Amino acid sequence: MLRFITRRFFETIPVLWIIATATFFMVRLAPGGPFDQEKNVAPEILKNLQAHYGLNQPLWKQYLDYMGHLVHGDLGPSFKYANRTVNELISEAFPVSLELGFWALLVALALGLAAGLLAAIKPNSATDYVPMSLAMIGICLPTFVMGPLLILIFAIALGWFNPLGWDFARDRVLPALTLGGYYAAYVARLSRGGMLEMLNQDFIRTAKAKGASLARVVFKHALKGGILPVISFLGPAVAGLITGSFVVETIFEIPGLGRFFVTAAFNRDYTMVLGTVLFYATLIILLNLLVDIILVWLNPRMRFE
Amino acid sequence: MPELSQEPLPDQAGQPEPGSSLWRDAWRRLRKNRLAVFGLFALLTLAVLCTIGPLFSRYSYAEQNLRLGASPPSQAHWLGTDELGRDLLARLLYGGRISLLVGICATAVALTIGVAYGAVAGFLGGKTDAVMMRIVDIIYALPFTIFVILLMVFFGRKIVLLFIAIGAVEWLTMARIVRGQVMALKRQEFVEAAHALGLRKRRIILRHMIPNILGPVVVYATLTIPGVMLLEAFLSFLGLGVQPPMSSWGSLIKDGAAAMEEYPWMLIFPGLTLALTLFSLNFLGDGLRDALDVRASKD
Repeated sequence: MLRFITRRFFETIPVLWIIATATFFMVRLAPGGPFDQEKNVAPEILKNLQAHYGLNQPLWKQYLDYMGHLVHGDLGPSFKYANRTVNELISEAFPVSLELGFWALLVALALGLAAGLLAAIKPNSATDYVPMSLAMIGICLPTFVMGPLLILIFAIALGWFNPLGWDFARDRVLPALTLGGYYAAYVARLSRGGMLEMLNQDFIRTAKAKGASLARVVFKHALKGGILPVISFLGPAVAGLITGSFVVETIFEIPGLGRFFVTAAFNRDYTMVLGTVLFYATLIILLNLLVDIILVWLNPRMRFE
Repeated sequence: MPELSQEPLPDQAGQPEPGSSLWRDAWRRLRKNRLAVFGLFALLTLAVLCTIGPLFSRYSYAEQNLRLGASPPSQAHWLGTDELGRDLLARLLYGGRISLLVGICATAVALTIGVAYGAVAGFLGGKTDAVMMRIVDIIYALPFTIFVILLMVFFGRKIVLLFIAIGAVEWLTMARIVRGQVMALKRQEFVEAAHALGLRKRRIILRHMIPNILGPVVVYATLTIPGVMLLEAFLSFLGLGVQPPMSSWGSLIKDGAAAMEEYPWMLIFPGLTLALTLFSLNFLGDGLRDALDVRASKD
């Protein structure tokens, strides 16, 4: 187990290096620059700006400089936000995204597992069809349709929530539902499938025959195996939650890292783009590792591989 | 099954014509699945409407009528108009062409890369396979959508680039599926039997391997199209997809979301159309999976 973790951990280093290099050159070789949109910049000032950020040096030297700083965890200064470092900007914006992601994941797991278990206990009945049809609708409504629709219904027509913003506790509800809804639907389908497979196993029939209550059969015996598909789905789900947060943060005007990333890309804020990509990549790789560890822990058969 | 045995086998040499019974059985099973048939029907209708609809429309997708402005659905404009007085139906059908085209082309790109990569890994096996699949695992864990966003921002918003960028993201699962199938097929008795009977490799591949891989590939391609269309809509929503005055469903939803308070129809119709399409594709994919699953074909 420990060997598996160490091996995977050391594997991330070359992967991150490849990502950093690929992103660096992709961003630099693309047409346009960070100071293109500023109006009426005198050539001398432009030259000074470029010298200040080291843009006048040859590309390979810039790359080595960037990598040198990166090894120390320094993501460099932002090109668009004067006198701010990328580290500062990320540490300010990320907690907001993290909170959004937390609520969305909670929505996904709570709603999804509840619907999936309900459906699996009595398959092909009303308690199966209703939640599963809702889940199918949830899968087919992308975040950017769901978000505006929720605003239209619950904020504008009914007036229960604020349409935009991130200031009060209830401002969390609509964004979390928007972002988590799709994953709730997916979790519902996966947990239904997983539970159905488990509930048909011999050991479940034995447990039932020995007089275990329905709750005990479901939660004590079947759940551990039944949610394995859900756990393996959590890895890709987290990556999806991050990209989904770009849209949700844009729709609800939430000051999180996702919105920052999209604006940074539009602004050619080289260091900010690179920093965010590396930050997200590290996050996703570590979370995937965590998911794998949980999987091995839940499924003893995988321990010997 | 006596009614099947009367069918002549389409056995032209060299023709990768899949065995008749598999596809005939699959079609029979698919027809029984009402949701899948509905999906197929809805998709065909949408495709026909989007292809020939704009030819019969009184309005073009870019034709403005500033005096009219945004108007709710009426007899002249069945789905209403946007702020510039452009007919929403015309824009929706035109956008459908783009969205469906992106869906099909990007899936084709993903299919080509995925099948080739997966088949090579599966055929070669051993160390090569281990390295190739480890690469897929690693790429799998990367935030690839982020790279698509970067590609689209930094290298202009050309539609060809959209196909390639999306296709480059979506091939991974296909590669895994094809590799798994090829690995499993290599060891199957009927392939060994074909070898033992002295059939040539080419014939084994065309007649025995491909028809068996085709099922999962078709199923997964059907399930990839909605993912691809979603990604296109997502990019268009962020302003990175097709550029005005062209429209795609994603860009129409973006415009609709911006104007939903005053002109809700601008959001509702494109949103519903996209949802209906994704719904149909998902059901058709599920139905095809049930219909083409060879292991289930015994019952």
